[in-house]
Amino acid sequence: MADSPTPFERFVQGILPENPVYRQLLGLCPTLAVTNGMKPALTMACSVGFVLLCANIVISLIRNLLKPHLRIVIFTLTIATFVTIADRFLAAYFFQMSKTLGPYIPLIIVNCIIICRCEVCASKQGVVTAASDAIGQALGFGLALSSIAAVREILGTGMLFGIRVLPDAWPDWVIMVLPPGAFITLGLLLGCVNWIGILKARRSAK
Amino acid sequence: MMYLLDILLISLTAALINNFVLYYFVGICPFVGVSRKVEMAFGMGCAVTFVISIAALISWSITTMVLIPGAPVSSFIAGFFLPEQAAAKIDLTVLSYIVYIFAIASSVQFVEMYVRKYFPMLYGSFGVFLPLITTNCAILFACLTIMSHVTGVDNPADAWDLGRAIALAFFGGVGFTIAIVIMSGIREELELADIPEPFQGAAITLIIGGILAIAFMGFTGVDSGIRDALMPPVEKQVSTIISPQADILSNPSTFAALDILSHVRRP
Repeated sequence: MADSPTPFERFVQGILPENPVYRQLLGLCPTLAVTNGMKPALTMACSVGFVLLCANIVISLIRNLLKPHLRIVIFTLTIATFVTIADRFLAAYFFQMSKTLGPYIPLIIVNCIIICRCEVCASKQGVVTAASDAIGQALGFGLALSSIAAVREILGTGMLFGIRVLPDAWPDWVIMVLPPGAFITLGLLLGCVNWIGILKARRSAK
Repeated sequence: MMYLLDILLISLTAALINNFVLYYFVGICPFVGVSRKVEMAFGMGCAVTFVISIAALISWSITTMVLIPGAPVSSFIAGFFLPEQAAAKIDLTVLSYIVYIFAIASSVQFVEMYVRKYFPMLYGSFGVFLPLITTNCAILFACLTIMSHVTGVDNPADAWDLGRAIALAFFGGVGFTIAIVIMSGIREELELADIPEPFQGAAITLIIGGILAIAFMGFTGVDSGIRDALMPPVEKQVSTIISPQADILSNPSTFAALDILSHVRRP
Protein backbone atom coordinates (compact mmCIF):
# COMPACT_ATOMS: atom_id res chain seq x y z
CA MET A 1 0.00 0.00 0.00
CA ALA A 2 2.85 2.35 -0.81
CA ASP A 3 0.87 4.70 -3.02
CA SER A 4 -2.35 4.73 -1.01
CA PRO A 5 -3.51 8.26 -0.23
CA THR A 6 -2.64 9.73 3.15
CA PRO A 7 -5.48 10.64 5.52
CA PHE A 8 -4.83 14.35 5.11
CA GLU A 9 -4.89 14.08 1.32
CA ARG A 10 -8.30 12.38 1.40
CA PHE A 11 -9.56 15.06 3.78
CA VAL A 12 -8.55 17.95 1.52
CA GLN A 13 -9.73 16.21 -1.67
CA GLY A 14 -13.25 15.87 -0.33
CA ILE A 15 -13.85 19.55 0.36
CA LEU A 16 -13.34 21.19 -3.04
CA PRO A 17 -11.48 19.14 -5.69
CA GLU A 18 -13.86 16.18 -5.31
CA ASN A 19 -16.85 18.02 -3.91
CA PRO A 20 -19.69 15.48 -3.78
CA VAL A 21 -22.37 17.83 -5.13
CA TYR A 22 -20.61 20.08 -7.61
CA ARG A 23 -17.98 17.68 -8.94
CA GLN A 24 -19.52 14.22 -8.60
CA LEU A 25 -23.24 15.16 -8.83
CA LEU A 26 -24.09 12.82 -5.96
CA GLY A 27 -26.80 13.20 -3.36
CA LEU A 28 -28.92 15.62 -5.34
CA CYS A 29 -32.23 14.77 -3.61
CA PRO A 30 -31.42 16.33 -0.22
CA THR A 31 -29.42 19.06 -1.95
CA LEU A 32 -32.55 20.26 -3.71
CA ALA A 33 -35.15 19.41 -1.10
CA VAL A 34 -33.90 20.91 2.17
CA THR A 35 -32.08 24.01 0.96
CA ASN A 36 -34.91 26.51 1.30
CA GLY A 37 -33.32 27.75 4.52
CA MET A 38 -29.93 27.66 6.20
CA LYS A 39 -31.13 25.83 9.33
CA PRO A 40 -32.61 22.74 7.64
CA ALA A 41 -29.63 22.65 5.27
CA LEU A 42 -27.10 22.61 8.12
CA THR A 43 -29.09 20.01 10.07
CA MET A 44 -29.15 17.84 6.98
CA ALA A 45 -25.41 18.28 6.44
CA CYS A 46 -24.72 17.28 10.06
CA SER A 47 -26.92 14.19 9.82
CA VAL A 48 -25.28 13.10 6.58
CA GLY A 49 -21.86 13.75 8.12
CA PHE A 50 -22.67 11.62 11.15
CA VAL A 51 -23.98 8.74 9.08
CA LEU A 52 -21.10 8.98 6.61
CA LEU A 53 -18.47 8.96 9.37
CA CYS A 54 -19.98 6.04 11.29
CA ALA A 55 -20.68 3.98 8.18
CA ASN A 56 -17.18 4.57 6.81
CA ILE A 57 -15.55 3.54 10.10
CA VAL A 58 -17.65 0.37 10.43
CA ILE A 59 -17.19 -0.65 6.79
CA SER A 60 -13.48 0.00 7.02
CA LEU A 61 -13.23 -2.20 10.14
CA ILE A 62 -15.04 -5.12 8.51
CA ARG A 63 -13.54 -4.66 5.03
CA ASN A 64 -11.63 -7.95 5.15
CA LEU A 65 -14.78 -9.94 5.90
CA LEU A 66 -16.85 -8.52 3.01
CA LYS A 67 -17.89 -10.87 0.22
CA PRO A 68 -18.01 -9.11 -3.17
CA HIS A 69 -21.56 -10.09 -4.12
CA LEU A 70 -23.02 -9.17 -0.73
CA ARG A 71 -21.20 -5.92 -0.12
CA ILE A 72 -23.92 -3.53 -1.37
CA VAL A 73 -26.47 -5.17 0.94
CA ILE A 74 -24.08 -4.87 3.89
CA PHE A 75 -23.42 -1.21 3.05
CA THR A 76 -27.12 -0.41 2.88
CA LEU A 77 -27.98 -2.20 6.10
CA THR A 78 -25.11 -0.50 7.97
CA ILE A 79 -26.21 2.88 6.66
CA ALA A 80 -29.86 2.18 7.53
CA THR A 81 -28.88 1.41 11.13
CA PHE A 82 -27.06 4.71 11.57
CA VAL A 83 -29.82 6.64 9.80
CA THR A 84 -32.31 5.19 12.28
CA ILE A 85 -30.11 6.44 15.14
CA ALA A 86 -29.84 9.91 13.60
CA ASP A 87 -33.58 10.02 12.92
CA ARG A 88 -34.53 9.02 16.50
CA PHE A 89 -32.01 11.53 17.87
CA LEU A 90 -33.49 14.38 15.84
CA ALA A 91 -37.03 13.38 16.76
CA ALA A 92 -36.09 13.38 20.45
CA TYR A 93 -34.10 16.62 20.69
CA PHE A 94 -35.06 18.73 17.65
CA PHE A 95 -38.67 17.77 17.11
CA GLN A 96 -39.61 20.80 15.00
CA MET A 97 -36.60 20.35 12.73
CA SER A 98 -37.35 16.65 12.36
CA LYS A 99 -40.90 17.56 11.27
CA THR A 100 -39.56 20.07 8.73
CA LEU A 101 -37.10 17.62 7.22
CA GLY A 102 -39.78 14.93 7.16
CA PRO A 103 -38.97 11.97 4.90
CA TYR A 104 -35.61 13.37 3.79
CA ILE A 105 -33.80 12.07 6.89
CA PRO A 106 -34.74 8.43 6.18
CA LEU A 107 -33.92 9.08 2.52
CA ILE A 108 -30.25 9.47 3.57
CA ILE A 109 -30.19 5.64 3.35
CA VAL A 110 -30.32 5.81 -0.43
CA ASN A 111 -28.08 8.87 -0.63
CA CYS A 112 -25.50 8.00 -3.26
CA ILE A 113 -22.68 9.91 -1.51
CA ILE A 114 -22.50 7.46 1.37
CA ILE A 115 -22.73 4.30 -0.72
CA CYS A 116 -20.15 5.75 -3.11
CA ARG A 117 -17.69 6.57 -0.30
CA CYS A 118 -18.15 3.12 1.27
CA GLU A 119 -17.51 1.49 -2.09
CA VAL A 120 -14.63 3.68 -3.28
CA CYS A 121 -12.78 4.41 -0.06
CA ALA A 122 -13.86 2.66 3.12
CA SER A 123 -13.87 -0.86 1.74
CA LYS A 124 -10.25 -0.47 0.59
CA GLN A 125 -8.53 1.80 3.14
CA GLY A 126 -7.70 1.75 6.82
CA VAL A 127 -9.82 3.28 9.55
CA VAL A 128 -7.97 6.59 9.83
CA THR A 129 -8.00 7.24 6.09
CA ALA A 130 -11.67 6.26 5.84
CA ALA A 131 -12.64 8.52 8.74
CA SER A 132 -10.77 11.54 7.39
CA ASP A 133 -12.23 10.90 3.96
CA ALA A 134 -15.71 10.87 5.50
CA ILE A 135 -15.08 14.15 7.34
CA GLY A 136 -13.74 15.78 4.17
CA GLN A 137 -16.67 14.65 2.07
CA ALA A 138 -19.13 15.70 4.77
CA LEU A 139 -17.56 19.17 4.91
CA GLY A 140 -17.75 19.41 1.13
CA PHE A 141 -21.39 18.39 1.20
CA GLY A 142 -22.12 20.92 3.96
CA LEU A 143 -20.37 23.63 1.97
CA ALA A 144 -22.42 22.85 -1.13
CA LEU A 145 -25.69 22.71 0.80
CA SER A 146 -25.04 25.96 2.62
CA SER A 147 -24.01 27.79 -0.56
CA ILE A 148 -27.28 26.83 -2.24
CA ALA A 149 -29.33 27.49 0.89
CA ALA A 150 -27.75 30.92 1.36
CA VAL A 151 -28.62 31.99 -2.18
CA ARG A 152 -32.16 30.68 -1.93
CA GLU A 153 -32.92 32.06 1.52
CA ILE A 154 -31.45 35.51 0.85
CA LEU A 155 -33.18 35.96 -2.51
CA GLY A 156 -36.39 34.24 -1.47
CA THR A 157 -37.05 35.85 1.89
CA GLY A 158 -34.38 38.54 2.29
CA MET A 159 -33.18 36.76 5.42
CA LEU A 160 -30.28 34.57 6.52
CA PHE A 161 -30.78 32.25 9.53
CA GLY A 162 -34.07 34.14 10.03
CA ILE A 163 -32.26 37.49 10.41
CA ARG A 164 -33.04 40.18 7.85
CA VAL A 165 -29.99 40.97 5.68
CA LEU A 166 -31.57 42.75 2.72
CA PRO A 167 -33.48 46.05 3.07
CA ASP A 168 -37.20 45.85 3.73
CA ALA A 169 -37.87 47.22 0.25
CA TRP A 170 -36.54 43.96 -1.24
CA PRO A 171 -39.38 42.26 -3.13
CA ASP A 172 -39.05 38.63 -1.96
CA TRP A 173 -38.48 36.32 -4.89
CA VAL A 174 -41.00 33.77 -3.72
CA ILE A 175 -40.07 31.32 -6.46
CA MET A 176 -36.63 30.81 -4.92
CA VAL A 177 -37.97 29.03 -1.82
CA LEU A 178 -40.43 26.95 -3.85
CA PRO A 179 -39.34 23.75 -5.66
CA PRO A 180 -38.44 25.40 -9.03
CA GLY A 181 -36.01 27.76 -7.28
CA ALA A 182 -34.00 24.77 -6.09
CA PHE A 183 -33.47 23.44 -9.61
CA ILE A 184 -32.60 26.83 -11.04
CA THR A 185 -30.22 27.79 -8.23
CA LEU A 186 -28.34 24.49 -8.35
CA GLY A 187 -28.17 24.65 -12.16
CA LEU A 188 -26.72 28.16 -12.15
CA LEU A 189 -24.25 27.46 -9.32
CA LEU A 190 -23.14 24.25 -11.05
CA GLY A 191 -22.58 26.24 -14.24
CA CYS A 192 -20.50 28.80 -12.31
CA VAL A 193 -18.35 26.10 -10.69
CA ASN A 194 -17.78 24.47 -14.09
CA TRP A 195 -16.89 27.87 -15.55
CA ILE A 196 -14.29 28.51 -12.85
CA GLY A 197 -12.87 25.04 -13.48
CA ILE A 198 -12.59 25.72 -17.22
CA LEU A 199 -10.91 29.10 -16.66
CA LYS A 200 -8.40 27.50 -14.27
CA ALA A 201 -7.61 24.73 -16.73
CA ARG A 202 -7.05 27.29 -19.49
CA ARG A 203 -4.73 29.36 -17.31
CA SER A 204 -2.62 26.36 -16.34
CA ALA A 205 -2.44 25.27 -20.00
CA LYS A 206 -0.87 28.55 -21.06
CA MET B 1 -68.17 6.99 -3.86
CA MET B 2 -66.17 8.58 -1.07
CA TYR B 3 -63.54 5.87 -1.43
CA LEU B 4 -63.29 6.20 -5.21
CA LEU B 5 -62.99 9.94 -4.92
CA ASP B 6 -60.24 9.48 -2.38
CA ILE B 7 -58.36 7.16 -4.71
CA LEU B 8 -58.83 9.61 -7.60
CA LEU B 9 -57.46 12.49 -5.55
CA ILE B 10 -54.51 10.48 -4.24
CA SER B 11 -53.63 9.39 -7.79
CA LEU B 12 -53.94 12.86 -9.24
CA THR B 13 -51.89 14.38 -6.44
CA ALA B 14 -49.13 11.79 -6.76
CA ALA B 15 -48.91 11.94 -10.55
CA LEU B 16 -49.27 15.64 -11.30
CA ILE B 17 -49.78 18.07 -8.44
CA ASN B 18 -47.04 16.86 -6.11
CA ASN B 19 -44.99 15.14 -8.78
CA PHE B 20 -42.31 12.94 -7.21
CA VAL B 21 -39.48 14.42 -9.24
CA LEU B 22 -40.49 18.03 -9.66
CA TYR B 23 -42.07 18.64 -6.25
CA TYR B 24 -40.46 16.21 -3.80
CA PHE B 25 -37.10 15.94 -5.63
CA VAL B 26 -36.89 12.17 -5.29
CA GLY B 27 -35.37 10.20 -8.16
CA ILE B 28 -33.28 13.12 -9.37
CA CYS B 29 -30.27 10.93 -10.15
CA PRO B 30 -31.93 9.01 -13.03
CA PHE B 31 -33.70 12.23 -14.00
CA VAL B 32 -30.31 13.82 -14.67
CA GLY B 33 -28.46 10.65 -15.68
CA VAL B 34 -30.75 8.50 -17.83
CA SER B 35 -32.82 11.16 -19.58
CA ARG B 36 -30.82 11.33 -22.83
CA LYS B 37 -33.06 9.24 -25.12
CA VAL B 38 -36.85 9.01 -25.02
CA GLU B 39 -36.91 5.19 -25.28
CA MET B 40 -34.44 4.78 -22.44
CA ALA B 41 -36.33 7.25 -20.29
CA PHE B 42 -39.60 5.44 -20.95
CA GLY B 43 -38.01 2.07 -20.10
CA MET B 44 -36.65 3.49 -16.87
CA GLY B 45 -40.04 4.99 -16.03
CA CYS B 46 -41.82 1.66 -16.62
CA ALA B 47 -39.29 -0.21 -14.49
CA VAL B 48 -39.69 2.29 -11.64
CA THR B 49 -43.50 2.15 -11.83
CA PHE B 50 -43.40 -1.63 -11.77
CA VAL B 51 -41.02 -1.91 -8.82
CA ILE B 52 -42.61 0.92 -6.86
CA SER B 53 -46.03 -0.80 -6.97
CA ILE B 54 -44.56 -4.08 -5.74
CA ALA B 55 -42.56 -2.29 -3.04
CA ALA B 56 -45.73 -0.51 -1.91
CA LEU B 57 -47.57 -3.82 -1.67
CA ILE B 58 -44.76 -5.37 0.39
CA SER B 59 -44.14 -2.38 2.64
CA TRP B 60 -47.85 -1.84 3.33
CA SER B 61 -48.23 -5.51 4.26
CA ILE B 62 -45.16 -5.53 6.50
CA THR B 63 -46.16 -2.30 8.20
CA THR B 64 -49.71 -3.42 8.95
CA MET B 65 -48.95 -7.05 9.73
CA VAL B 66 -45.68 -6.78 11.64
CA LEU B 67 -44.44 -3.33 12.54
CA ILE B 68 -47.26 -1.29 14.09
CA PRO B 69 -48.27 -1.85 17.72
CA GLY B 70 -50.85 -4.61 17.97
CA ALA B 71 -50.06 -5.99 14.53
CA PRO B 72 -51.15 -9.62 14.12
CA VAL B 73 -47.80 -11.27 13.43
CA SER B 74 -45.66 -9.50 16.00
CA SER B 75 -48.19 -9.86 18.81
CA PHE B 76 -48.72 -13.52 17.94
CA ILE B 77 -45.00 -14.28 18.16
CA ALA B 78 -44.52 -12.18 21.27
CA GLY B 79 -47.47 -13.97 22.83
CA PHE B 80 -45.25 -16.97 23.44
CA PHE B 81 -42.91 -15.01 25.71
CA LEU B 82 -44.98 -12.19 27.17
CA PRO B 83 -48.36 -11.71 28.78
CA GLU B 84 -51.07 -10.85 26.28
CA GLN B 85 -51.36 -7.16 27.10
CA ALA B 86 -47.64 -6.54 26.78
CA ALA B 87 -47.55 -8.49 23.52
CA ALA B 88 -50.20 -6.24 21.97
CA LYS B 89 -48.07 -3.17 22.68
CA ILE B 90 -44.93 -4.27 20.88
CA ASP B 91 -43.88 -1.44 18.58
CA LEU B 92 -41.37 -2.33 15.89
CA THR B 93 -41.68 0.86 13.83
CA VAL B 94 -38.13 1.83 14.82
CA LEU B 95 -36.95 -0.98 12.57
CA SER B 96 -38.95 0.27 9.61
CA TYR B 97 -36.08 1.82 7.62
CA ILE B 98 -33.94 -1.29 7.80
CA VAL B 99 -36.88 -3.51 6.92
CA TYR B 100 -37.95 -1.34 3.98
CA ILE B 101 -34.55 -1.10 2.39
CA PHE B 102 -34.12 -4.84 2.76
CA ALA B 103 -37.57 -5.48 1.27
CA ILE B 104 -36.85 -3.18 -1.67
CA ALA B 105 -33.46 -4.71 -2.41
CA SER B 106 -34.76 -8.26 -2.30
CA SER B 107 -37.92 -7.52 -4.26
CA VAL B 108 -35.84 -5.91 -7.00
CA GLN B 109 -33.75 -9.09 -7.16
CA PHE B 110 -36.87 -11.26 -7.34
CA VAL B 111 -38.53 -9.12 -9.98
CA GLU B 112 -35.39 -9.23 -12.07
CA MET B 113 -35.15 -13.03 -11.95
CA TYR B 114 -38.87 -13.50 -12.58
CA VAL B 115 -39.00 -11.11 -15.51
CA ARG B 116 -35.88 -12.59 -17.05
CA LYS B 117 -37.32 -16.12 -16.90
CA TYR B 118 -40.93 -15.55 -17.93
CA PHE B 119 -40.98 -12.29 -19.92
CA PRO B 120 -37.74 -12.11 -21.94
CA MET B 121 -39.23 -9.41 -24.18
CA LEU B 122 -39.99 -7.19 -21.22
CA TYR B 123 -36.57 -7.92 -19.76
CA GLY B 124 -34.96 -6.76 -22.97
CA SER B 125 -36.76 -3.43 -22.80
CA PHE B 126 -36.19 -2.47 -19.17
CA GLY B 127 -34.18 -5.20 -17.50
CA VAL B 128 -30.94 -3.27 -17.52
CA PHE B 129 -32.44 -0.57 -15.31
CA LEU B 130 -33.64 -2.94 -12.59
CA PRO B 131 -30.43 -3.17 -10.51
CA LEU B 132 -30.09 0.62 -10.59
CA ILE B 133 -33.51 1.02 -9.05
CA THR B 134 -32.55 -0.32 -5.62
CA THR B 135 -30.93 2.97 -4.77
CA ASN B 136 -33.65 5.09 -6.36
CA CYS B 137 -35.03 7.35 -3.66
CA ALA B 138 -38.52 7.37 -5.22
CA ILE B 139 -39.17 3.79 -4.10
CA LEU B 140 -38.14 4.35 -0.50
CA PHE B 141 -40.00 7.66 -0.50
CA ALA B 142 -43.25 5.94 -1.51
CA CYS B 143 -42.78 3.35 1.25
CA LEU B 144 -42.16 6.10 3.82
CA THR B 145 -45.20 8.11 2.71
CA ILE B 146 -47.36 5.02 3.03
CA MET B 147 -45.89 4.33 6.46
CA SER B 148 -46.60 7.85 7.64
CA HIS B 149 -50.23 7.40 6.58
CA VAL B 150 -50.52 4.07 8.37
CA THR B 151 -48.74 4.85 11.64
CA GLY B 152 -48.79 8.61 11.91
CA VAL B 153 -52.58 9.07 12.02
CA ASP B 154 -54.41 10.04 15.20
CA ASN B 155 -57.63 8.26 14.32
CA PRO B 156 -57.17 4.56 13.39
CA ALA B 157 -60.02 4.87 10.86
CA ASP B 158 -57.91 7.31 8.81
CA ALA B 159 -55.14 4.77 8.27
CA TRP B 160 -54.62 3.94 4.62
CA ASP B 161 -55.73 0.61 3.24
CA LEU B 162 -53.95 -1.35 0.53
CA GLY B 163 -55.88 0.27 -2.32
CA ARG B 164 -54.80 3.78 -1.36
CA ALA B 165 -51.21 2.65 -0.85
CA ILE B 166 -51.01 1.05 -4.30
CA ALA B 167 -52.72 4.05 -5.91
CA LEU B 168 -50.15 6.40 -4.42
CA ALA B 169 -47.22 4.25 -5.48
CA PHE B 170 -48.43 3.40 -8.99
CA PHE B 171 -49.37 6.96 -9.89
CA GLY B 172 -46.22 8.25 -8.25
CA GLY B 173 -44.38 6.03 -10.72
CA VAL B 174 -46.55 7.33 -13.56
CA GLY B 175 -45.67 10.88 -12.53
CA PHE B 176 -41.99 9.96 -12.54
CA THR B 177 -42.38 8.52 -16.05
CA ILE B 178 -44.17 11.65 -17.27
CA ALA B 179 -41.46 13.92 -15.90
CA ILE B 180 -38.51 11.89 -17.19
CA VAL B 181 -40.04 11.39 -20.67
CA ILE B 182 -40.78 15.12 -21.06
CA MET B 183 -37.24 15.85 -19.93
CA SER B 184 -35.66 13.41 -22.38
CA GLY B 185 -37.73 14.83 -25.23
CA ILE B 186 -36.42 18.29 -24.41
CA ARG B 187 -32.86 16.99 -24.11
CA GLU B 188 -32.98 15.34 -27.53
CA GLU B 189 -33.80 18.73 -29.03
CA LEU B 190 -31.20 20.37 -26.81
CA GLU B 191 -28.38 18.48 -28.50
CA LEU B 192 -28.87 20.77 -31.51
CA ALA B 193 -28.77 23.92 -29.38
CA ASP B 194 -25.72 26.04 -28.77
CA ILE B 195 -25.24 25.95 -25.00
CA PRO B 196 -22.37 27.79 -23.29
CA GLU B 197 -19.65 25.32 -22.40
CA PRO B 198 -19.89 25.41 -18.57
CA PHE B 199 -23.64 24.77 -18.67
CA GLN B 200 -23.54 21.70 -20.88
CA GLY B 201 -24.77 18.47 -19.32
CA ALA B 202 -26.17 18.52 -15.79
CA ALA B 203 -26.39 22.30 -15.30
CA ILE B 204 -28.75 22.96 -18.21
CA THR B 205 -30.79 19.85 -17.29
CA LEU B 206 -31.37 21.23 -13.81
CA ILE B 207 -32.36 24.66 -15.10
CA ILE B 208 -34.85 23.07 -17.51
CA GLY B 209 -36.08 20.95 -14.62
CA GLY B 210 -36.78 24.20 -12.78
CA ILE B 211 -38.82 25.53 -15.68
CA LEU B 212 -40.74 22.24 -15.83
CA ALA B 213 -41.39 22.51 -12.10
CA ILE B 214 -42.85 25.98 -12.65
CA ALA B 215 -45.14 24.46 -15.29
CA PHE B 216 -46.23 21.70 -12.90
CA MET B 217 -46.99 24.30 -10.23
CA GLY B 218 -49.93 25.18 -12.45
CA PHE B 219 -51.66 22.04 -11.19
CA THR B 220 -51.76 23.39 -7.63
CA GLY B 221 -55.32 23.54 -6.35
CA VAL B 222 -56.79 21.11 -8.89
CA ASP B 223 -57.33 18.58 -6.09
CA SER B 224 -59.28 20.89 -3.82
CA GLY B 225 -61.31 22.07 -6.83
CA ILE B 226 -62.31 18.50 -7.69
CA ARG B 227 -63.05 17.75 -4.07
CA ASP B 228 -65.28 20.78 -3.70
CA ALA B 229 -67.09 19.94 -6.92
CA LEU B 230 -67.72 16.26 -6.22
CA MET B 231 -68.02 15.94 -2.47
CA PRO B 232 -71.17 16.81 -0.54
CA PRO B 233 -70.49 20.03 1.39
CA VAL B 234 -70.81 18.45 4.85
CA GLU B 235 -67.90 16.10 4.39
CA LYS B 236 -65.50 18.70 3.08
CA GLN B 237 -63.13 18.58 6.03
CA VAL B 238 -62.27 14.91 5.40
CA SER B 239 -59.02 14.71 3.52
CA THR B 240 -56.39 12.07 3.07
CA ILE B 241 -54.35 13.66 0.33
CA ILE B 242 -50.61 13.13 0.64
CA SER B 243 -49.47 15.73 3.12
CA PRO B 244 -51.19 18.88 1.77
CA GLN B 245 -48.70 21.31 3.24
CA ALA B 246 -46.23 19.05 4.95
CA ASP B 247 -42.54 18.40 4.43
CA ILE B 248 -40.83 21.19 2.55
CA LEU B 249 -43.80 23.44 2.89
CA SER B 250 -43.86 23.34 6.68
CA ASN B 251 -41.04 25.87 6.63
CA PRO B 252 -42.68 29.10 7.81
CA SER B 253 -41.11 31.18 5.05
CA THR B 254 -42.68 28.92 2.44
CA PHE B 255 -46.02 29.28 4.12
CA ALA B 256 -45.72 33.02 3.74
CA ALA B 257 -44.73 32.49 0.12
CA LEU B 258 -47.78 30.36 -0.60
CA ASP B 259 -49.93 32.93 1.11
CA ILE B 260 -48.58 35.61 -1.22
CA LEU B 261 -49.11 33.37 -4.23
CA SER B 262 -52.72 32.72 -3.32
CA HIS B 263 -53.31 36.46 -3.09
CA VAL B 264 -51.69 37.06 -6.45
CA ARG B 265 -53.80 34.44 -8.14
CA ARG B 266 -57.08 35.74 -6.74
CA PRO B 267 -58.82 38.02 -9.26
